[in-house]
Amino acid sequence: MFEYAPAPESRAIVDLRPSYGLFVDGEFVDPTDGGSFKSINPASEEVLAEVAEGGSADVDRAVRAARRAYEQVWGPMPGRDRAKYLFRIARLIQERSRELAVLESLDNGKPIRESRDVDLPLVAAHFFYYAGWADKLEHAGFGANPKALGVAAQVIPWNFPLLMLAWKIAPALAAGNTVVLKPAETTPLTALLFAEICQQADLPAGVVNIVTGAGETGRTLVEHPGVDKVAFTGSTGVGKAIARAVAGTRKKLTLELGGKAANIVFDDAPVDQAVEGIVNGIFFNQGHVCCAGSRLLVQESVAEQVLESLKRRMARLRVGDPLDKNTDIGAINSAAQLARITELSDAGAAEGAERWSPACELPERGFWFAPTIFTGVTQAHRIAREEIFGPVLSVLTFRTPAEAVEKANNTPYGLSAGIWTDKGSRILWMADRLRAGVVWANTFNKFDPTSPFGGYKESGYGREGGRQGLEAYLNV
Amino acid sequence: MSERVAVRKTYKLFIGGKFPRSESGRSYLVQDSNVSLASRKDARDAVVAARAAVKGWAGATAYNRGQILYRVAEMLEGRREQFVALGVPADEVDAAIDRWVWYAGWSDKLPQVYGGANPVAGPYFNLSAPEPTGVVAVVAPEAPALLGLVSVIAPAIVTGNTVVVAASPAAPLAAVTLAEVLATSDLPGGVVNILTGKLTETVPTLASHMDVNAIDLTGVTDAELATELEVKAAENLKRVLRPAPADHDWSADPGVTRMTVLLETKTVWHPKGV
Repeated sequence: MFEYAPAPESRAIVDLRPSYGLFVDGEFVDPTDGGSFKSINPASEEVLAEVAEGGSADVDRAVRAARRAYEQVWGPMPGRDRAKYLFRIARLIQERSRELAVLESLDNGKPIRESRDVDLPLVAAHFFYYAGWADKLEHAGFGANPKALGVAAQVIPWNFPLLMLAWKIAPALAAGNTVVLKPAETTPLTALLFAEICQQADLPAGVVNIVTGAGETGRTLVEHPGVDKVAFTGSTGVGKAIARAVAGTRKKLTLELGGKAANIVFDDAPVDQAVEGIVNGIFFNQGHVCCAGSRLLVQESVAEQVLESLKRRMARLRVGDPLDKNTDIGAINSAAQLARITELSDAGAAEGAERWSPACELPERGFWFAPTIFTGVTQAHRIAREEIFGPVLSVLTFRTPAEAVEKANNTPYGLSAGIWTDKGSRILWMADRLRAGVVWANTFNKFDPTSPFGGYKESGYGREGGRQGLEAYLNV
Repeated sequence: MSERVAVRKTYKLFIGGKFPRSESGRSYLVQDSNVSLASRKDARDAVVAARAAVKGWAGATAYNRGQILYRVAEMLEGRREQFVALGVPADEVDAAIDRWVWYAGWSDKLPQVYGGANPVAGPYFNLSAPEPTGVVAVVAPEAPALLGLVSVIAPAIVTGNTVVVAASPAAPLAAVTLAEVLATSDLPGGVVNILTGKLTETVPTLASHMDVNAIDLTGVTDAELATELEVKAAENLKRVLRPAPADHDWSADPGVTRMTVLLETKTVWHPKGV
């Protein structure tokens, strides 16, 4: 294996302030009770900035600002003007994409190659796509005069901080709603930079409000009586709690939750392509992906060959500095997440599955986990049932297509699935039977603003992206 | 010769295409008839029947499902007088028949209107199509007894879901009689299951049942009960359709929301290449 020279992306482009307030009614303001927390770089544990923790008075202030903006400015504004603000935001994101990408990698730990080439292009594309809907809602198939809901409370996770923000804010604003968004506790910084972009775009005050904080801030926001819509991306456990909290209210709810996707490899699949798909499926973004292909179902007759090739490929994955342009796998987002991955992996070994990782030197500081596969996994093992949300793959085998379907669907989740085979009719037969919102055939982890994304069963409800994604923010 | 003694009907439940009495052996007097008082066990049995019917019904072609729904309209037309005799106004029966016809036509059109190809920015084939969510628990509106019932069953099943319906407790005869229509319409057993009795007995069981995918609370008028049911439904993240407002106009154009809320959009990607 040859060596790579270090190729770090400069972080000079990011101009971080030592501390950030909440973004409410178009201004950065101090929290009412003065609480704050630190956002750190998970690759070095260095403190990046101090961030305000929104309390109930702050949430209330933000919801009121959003209500005012909805009633006085954004609601009455013609769709064509809302569209132009969204196009402006899309353009500003494109112009400042390197800065946003570097900050995303700093705060989240994901490789710059991914934040630069996947996250940011998709973020801009998402705003660009929904901008175009703002003045065409009457043609979207939801009746002649679909109406906005009002104020949307949006709570997003840490795995794709800015992309999840885009998935939430772009359709909400296009449909005519105003928003209060709470970024994840460990990754608030790109959302705050996005707030600056809203200012730069002269977006009317109160249309977008960003309230940083932890779970309690999110709970306060979701339960605030002044919100008309709740959108959440995160764990299934919290999703259920939110579903209970909005029961009996007028609030419309969409949830994008966990997954335990099967990535199914048949004996006629081109092995090298399938292996790239397996690697992309589980090691993309350190496996911090709700639709990750975390269960490999490989046909028994080729299992040995596929695993051998997979291990060879894994040995070449480069784990390390997220800002290095050659890095494949960056840092685990937080100490808490690392502990969860470690606990579940230890459970996998304790339950009798066989664990394998390539020889891999991990940095001393920061949170790291070597890419790992488990073979000899049964469907009853915790690592085959629970979402690990890390670079850990559970390998199971099957003999017939029917068995593959059975095993793939044997989960309370239903977010995504992968199929690798050269036979077209088999792809379509499988795709019909897999209970999952996204099915990738001979590819994996592809996203596009025009393509609806969301789950079956306990992976949540509602879709984000596409024409369908508007539905969550309209009174239909 | 003495006057002929009429053969009276026993009003029973409708589960898995059969008409069993409640396993509890109970009935209650309503609309001058004894009607089965369904138990929690009956509700669970109905879910088992509905689940067993999913594979065949969801897997049937849209054309086939459309024809069967149209067949329901034909059968209902033929039994028009029977419903009138139960006290259902004639124009309500007409509207209910027409509603079956309206929904029948949706079976092979909704996927075209609601799904389709997505122009992704890359060399991929990308197609979204709606699929049924699975087993749906439905609380039928108290009134109108027939049109309200048809208006909640038809949109759920036309796309391939199967249902367990809690009929209006105060006017269950139309529901049981509709079951007889369904049983003679080539509708596979278990696609529609109808429970009569108290909502507070059967519906909480359905709302917390882990093998139910969605719940339609349309007919729940008690706000507290509706909240309690929605909380129970959260345990496995059932899709929830909230209660209809008391002034809901059942004769108006129903729109597509009752269908779409019970659908899952599946999007399939495939690379293009040689």
